[in-house]
Amino acid sequence: MWVSRIATGSGAVLERNYMVHRRGLIAFLSGFCEPVFFLFSLGMGMGALVGHITLPDGRVVEYAVFVAPAMLAVSAMNGAVAECVFNVYSKLKYMKLYDAVLNTPVTPMGIVLGEIAWALLRGGIYGAAFLALMALMGLTPSAWAFLALPGVVLIGWTFAALSMAGTTFIRSWQDYDVVATLSFLMFMFSATFTPLETYPEWVQLLIQATPLYHGVTLLRGLTTGAVSFGLLIHVAYLIAVAVVSLIVTAYRMGRALQR
Amino acid sequence: MSPDATMIIARGLTKRFEDRVAVAGIDIDVRAGEIFGFLGPNGAGKSSTMRMIGCVSPPSGGTLRILGMDAHREGPAIRARLGVVPQEDQLDWELTVRENLLVYARYFGISRSVARRRADELLEFVQLADRANEKVDALSGGMRRRLTIARALVNEPRIVLLDEPTTGLDPQARHLVWERLFRLKQRGVTLVLTTHYMDEAEQLCDRLVVMDGGSIVAEGSPRELLERYCTREVVELRFGLDAPLAELADKVTDLAERVEVLPDRLLLYVPDGDTTLPALHDRNLTPTSVLVRRGTLEDVFLHLTGRTLVD
Repeated sequence: MWVSRIATGSGAVLERNYMVHRRGLIAFLSGFCEPVFFLFSLGMGMGALVGHITLPDGRVVEYAVFVAPAMLAVSAMNGAVAECVFNVYSKLKYMKLYDAVLNTPVTPMGIVLGEIAWALLRGGIYGAAFLALMALMGLTPSAWAFLALPGVVLIGWTFAALSMAGTTFIRSWQDYDVVATLSFLMFMFSATFTPLETYPEWVQLLIQATPLYHGVTLLRGLTTGAVSFGLLIHVAYLIAVAVVSLIVTAYRMGRALQR
Repeated sequence: MSPDATMIIARGLTKRFEDRVAVAGIDIDVRAGEIFGFLGPNGAGKSSTMRMIGCVSPPSGGTLRILGMDAHREGPAIRARLGVVPQEDQLDWELTVRENLLVYARYFGISRSVARRRADELLEFVQLADRANEKVDALSGGMRRRLTIARALVNEPRIVLLDEPTTGLDPQARHLVWERLFRLKQRGVTLVLTTHYMDEAEQLCDRLVVMDGGSIVAEGSPRELLERYCTREVVELRFGLDAPLAELADKVTDLAERVEVLPDRLLLYVPDGDTTLPALHDRNLTPTSVLVRRGTLEDVFLHLTGRTLVD
């Protein structure tokens, strides 16, 4: 009973977002371009300077092969953060959209799952396009790369849930600077541009605590073909963060709106 | 359900927030097919009560049964059969008028084809069919209110809750809303509303309760309340500036059932104003102006809840 209720509710929330965005196709497509620009400017441009890089398993690959999966993970993160921080905050506080939705049988968990499903759908489309581009450019030396797509969806899910949980703590637009800073720090330091081993040991520990590091490492393992059971640790970490965030979000949203 | 069944039953219904009691144990019975009103100054607990009935705010105490179900445990099932017109419209600004109805229907799990049919019917009902494809921000306040009412009807609810349905509307828009609400009543929908407007309460409500400080201070039909707490007529006497109103009031206490001293005038609550006027003349009272009018629900309201500002 409650499962079908959550499904109906999140389905309707998803449908609502589709209705809004089918008119804004250009804005929708722009989300795909950002990681592509990064890939070209950093992967190709800096790749010319760096040349080749040694993977943890000892193989030597072009820099673009090393950095492309990281850009894929970053795009999944950025898409989820944009959708689940900015859009959700304005629906929560300014449009009072969720107040109206909660007057229907839809529950807070239905709203949360619907918004996340939308973020995943959007991020998944970007991820698939980016992955196809990587394959075309010869940046996916391993056939395992096809598993990078579910990997992207998993990263999107984790960051969508984490962002929504964070959004329930946001007090005003000023707090966005914190969100922007945190995601920029992760973008720079999650073994995105250089291998983890280049950092001092205590910094390595910090990096390994961030979800983006696990996302980047997971996707890099898949697209370069360095597949081992060790990758499951990253999967488990991402799932754990997502589940905890989901529960926190639904609880806090319910408390804020149904008081 | 029999026609005179009770749609909403509250006993000792209480709402406490961290630092204050918003609703202090009220009893309510709303019967099927009636228009039931909550009157009261700001902060009296009307909106808190409405939110509890709407199953979006869990009661802190007491019992609340709606359509025979427990409000706390069966919230989603009750909400499926309620229509809600919130104080702020809470429309979806990123969607058009018609899409607002379509999406809202989907929240109730209504199929797309049924949603399309109802959306078109409801847009006719609230006279917005010609604005169907406009964005919500292009609408006037009155149109938005009508759209919110249409949205509340998309699930064909048994009960519609309206929190200050006509606040901020111009007289034309108010009368249109009243007329539509009355039509809903004729279709057998039970309406529960809050209002600050006494004329609205008199026009619409079959029964109402007056709330003050979280409690119910009076209950009945508008006519019953008028009979119980007011006289048929009120004589308003104005005197010159600095006239000793309190002393003047002493001279007329025996002429009225009740005399009220306001900063600028005296109010005499009397059965028949025309018999009071000659008596005033006999006592050599020379007011600068005299107004005889009917007692209204506003007199009842001010008598029960006081004239001082609450917030």
